[in-house]
Amino acid sequence: MKILFALVPFLFLTACGNDPGSGYSTIAGIDYPTLWFLVVGAVFTGYGILDGFDLGAGAWHLFFRKEESRRIALNAVGPVWDGNEVWLVIGGGTLFAGFPVVYATLFSAMYIPLMLFLFALIFRALSIEFRSKEPMLWWRSMWDVAYSVSSALLAFSLGVVLGNVLLGMPLNENMEFSGNWLSFLNPFAILVGLTALALFMMHGAIYLTMKTEGRLFARVNTLLQRSIIAFVLLFVLLTGYVLLYIPHLSDGLRANPFLLIVPVLSILSIANIPRLVSKQRYLLAFIFSALTVGLLLITAAMELYPVILLDSSGSGNNITVYNGVASNKSLGIMLTFVAIGGPLAIGYTAFVYKTFWGKVRLDEHSY
Amino acid sequence: MDVEVLARLQFAFTIAFHYIYPPLSIGLGLLMVIMEGLYLRTGKKVYETMCRFWTRIFALTFGIGVATGIVMEFEFGTNWATYSRYVGDIFGSALAAEGIFAFALESGFLGVLLFGWNRVSSRVHFIATVGVFLGSMFSAIWITVANSWMQTPAGYHIVGEGMEARAEIVDFWAMVFNPSSMDRLSHVWIGAFLAGTFLVLSVHAYYLIRGRYVDLSRKAFKIALVVATVFSLSQLFTGHRNADMVGEHQPAKLAAMEGHWEASAPADLYVLGWVDEETETTAGLGVPGGLGFMLEQDFDAPVTGLQAFPEADRPERINAIFQFYHIMVAIGMALIGLTLAACYFWWRGTLFKQRWLLWVFVLAVVLPQLANQFGWYTAEMGRQPWVVYGLLRTSDALSNTVTANQVLFSLIGFTLIYILLLTLFIYLLNKKIKKGPYDESEIDDRPLQEEMARVAGGEI
Ligand code: HDD
Ligand code: HEM
Ligand code: HEM
Repeated sequence: MKILFALVPFLFLTACGNDPGSGYSTIAGIDYPTLWFLVVGAVFTGYGILDGFDLGAGAWHLFFRKEESRRIALNAVGPVWDGNEVWLVIGGGTLFAGFPVVYATLFSAMYIPLMLFLFALIFRALSIEFRSKEPMLWWRSMWDVAYSVSSALLAFSLGVVLGNVLLGMPLNENMEFSGNWLSFLNPFAILVGLTALALFMMHGAIYLTMKTEGRLFARVNTLLQRSIIAFVLLFVLLTGYVLLYIPHLSDGLRANPFLLIVPVLSILSIANIPRLVSKQRYLLAFIFSALTVGLLLITAAMELYPVILLDSSGSGNNITVYNGVASNKSLGIMLTFVAIGGPLAIGYTAFVYKTFWGKVRLDEHSY
Repeated sequence: MDVEVLARLQFAFTIAFHYIYPPLSIGLGLLMVIMEGLYLRTGKKVYETMCRFWTRIFALTFGIGVATGIVMEFEFGTNWATYSRYVGDIFGSALAAEGIFAFALESGFLGVLLFGWNRVSSRVHFIATVGVFLGSMFSAIWITVANSWMQTPAGYHIVGEGMEARAEIVDFWAMVFNPSSMDRLSHVWIGAFLAGTFLVLSVHAYYLIRGRYVDLSRKAFKIALVVATVFSLSQLFTGHRNADMVGEHQPAKLAAMEGHWEASAPADLYVLGWVDEETETTAGLGVPGGLGFMLEQDFDAPVTGLQAFPEADRPERINAIFQFYHIMVAIGMALIGLTLAACYFWWRGTLFKQRWLLWVFVLAVVLPQLANQFGWYTAEMGRQPWVVYGLLRTSDALSNTVTANQVLFSLIGFTLIYILLLTLFIYLLNKKIKKGPYDESEIDDRPLQEEMARVAGGEI
């Protein structure tokens, strides 16, 4: 046994190398920029899966009418939403650190949607925190609306930003955005935004089925059916749109047909959700909707790689994982951080979920 | 207005607002750890009640700290794109480390700290409290390191030129332990402890004056007083270290802080003063040659003044820097005086009879907050016109593609939202304080039930 443990660092060291082409170090043949692309991708995927369900659950809020139902739905995400949001904070940090050029160009290009995103994020935190602190009806209704609308707006604007990344944007020779501040609002991005909203609402509804009982549970179940239909319709529309109008997103797949396995798996995983829901296996359904979020993001990342931001002006000023990346040294340090901090972060997350497992019980500490 | 002014205004406003809350959370975290630790040791219910009460208030400060912090993280990319490209390798990695090591720890345990009282054992709960406190301490480390690197860059080299120029890490530990980071970190930590403890002192002093929760408040007041005294005194020490360090590494800043103009001459240490930027003179009351004494232990030692620097390399608004700095120092002295006076009466056994002193403590809650704010204004305005000292000018750090109207839009948005935020914060804080430590329930639904009964069928 001990020998096995001694082997780990040895194997690790032999796996490390250097790529003479790019000048970056490698681990198991994968160079640092690609590894960091995987790290950033993994963190945002984690964010999509985790915050996805609490944003989705929030978007449903106004569909519950009774005060008690709303409080149960709110407290279903109460102890975990803040921890979920941390994945966004880490995502922002890893993007800034690893791909500063992408962070700078993308964020300044998406100024307006990101500011709306931030406003919504603040309102959402406020409404969770404050809604139940006062008994007045107007007070609670006001925060209920703020909570629901901001949750939906967050899901939608995340989709819009993702849509713009997939589509690409005009870049100049300094790799800066050279388009119009309103160009983020294009049909494709709106379609991705709506799909993200539907996906998160489905994901959130499945989460709520695990947290609720009685009539509220029945209500969540009907809502869940509807969101599955909405999501599947939007997803089909989106896929059609990509195939017809955005050929660059399927080039990679045409060149490497065996990569088709990922989109095929996502479709299988989507198809599995209604089946599991009808069999009332909600935990499994939740796992599959989480898997769907993950697989769809992996499909997106795969179709982009090695480009991260595509120059849509046609002058080829693409930002790729190689020209928008931090130094080899810095990537090495941060990969060490991730190797140490990543398991810890996953550990805390698991601990919180374990502590609050099961149906919601309201007590004097609840929201 | 042009983009630069607006973007600076927005950054200063959002970070200054953010910095109201984290210091409270860090300071309250320390006291919660002490209170809960005492509860575990002694098993006395009163410490548990105390700790639960402050946890409820902590939840409030923490929530707003998180909401306003995420804004900061995005703002670098949206408003300061050139800066972000330039320092991404270094600043970005500190920010990423903060997320991975600090915020994950903090937010992970937060759920258990706030909602876990009835779900986990008191030992596990204590671990969660310590986890949240350590998480908040760690987040102060990384952000202060990142900011200190901007003040005194180290461990980097510059690659590329013009638009392509970027700072890259050569020596990670030299970057982390850059000449100012440890001095500033200790000062920031202690400033945060003081912000938290003075809130505790203020609330319990108020209860004592009103004669409510007397036993609990006396205990809590004494705990907080010990912490406040220790840290008020240590703050003088770390503050002095900072001034020394600034003198060595950012002489233009120190000259601005003390309003010292002559290129090289003995400099006064002012207690009060006024800087006239037109005539380049400073009038005031102070120790002649005192600054030289602080730096070199010699009243006649010449100190580099502002005139040693070309106009373009001097900070703007020297008088403001001077005043902010001197108010902070005055507050530091006032806190020392106040805590020592309280300790004296405690030793005489008459602490809780001094109603006037308790009233001073009720109001003193704003002092550490102001010192924290003014300290940052000093540090940041004194660094101008550089955003990375000596390397990158603030005017070159902007996002080239963002227009003034876009920034104006977000600035107005943040202003309105933050006014609402502050109002709600004060309102709810006040409410929690009125309710007191013994009323555990966060929510009183009775009026709501009545109102609902009036609405048809009880359904809303
Ligand atoms: C880690 C980075 C960092 C941190 C922790 C802070 N700042 Fe800062 N600050 C900057 C990074 C920065 C900056 C990005 O470097 C700015 C923006 C533009 C500039 O000149 O520097 C800046 C500018 C800036 C200005 C405008 C100065 C001027 O242009 O005249 C003020 C008043 C403050 N900050 C105030 C604060 C306060 C009250 C802080 C308390 C938390 C603070 N800063 C923390
Ligand atoms: C530009 C500078 C800053 C940025 C980018 C920033 C970023 C953030 C972010 C993203 C969060 C939310 C984290 C979460 O979701 O849990 C946050 C919260 C926090 N920040 Fe800041 N921050 C800045 C300045 C500071 C400073 C100067 C300090 C303290 C010295 C500080 C200490 C904290 C703490 C303790 C929290 C946890 C929430 C709380 O306790 O209120 N931050 N910050
Ligand atoms: C007792 C006398 C004090 C002295 C001599 C002093 C000195 C200083 C100096 C020289 C700086 C500038 C450092 C720089 O530019 O990098 C500074 C910054 C600062 N001060 Fe103070 N300070 C004192 C008291 C306080 C108190 C009581 C607080 C808060 C409770 C406080 C909070 C801060 C903060 C938050 C900063 C900005 C962070 C930093 O630059 O280190 N200070 N202080």
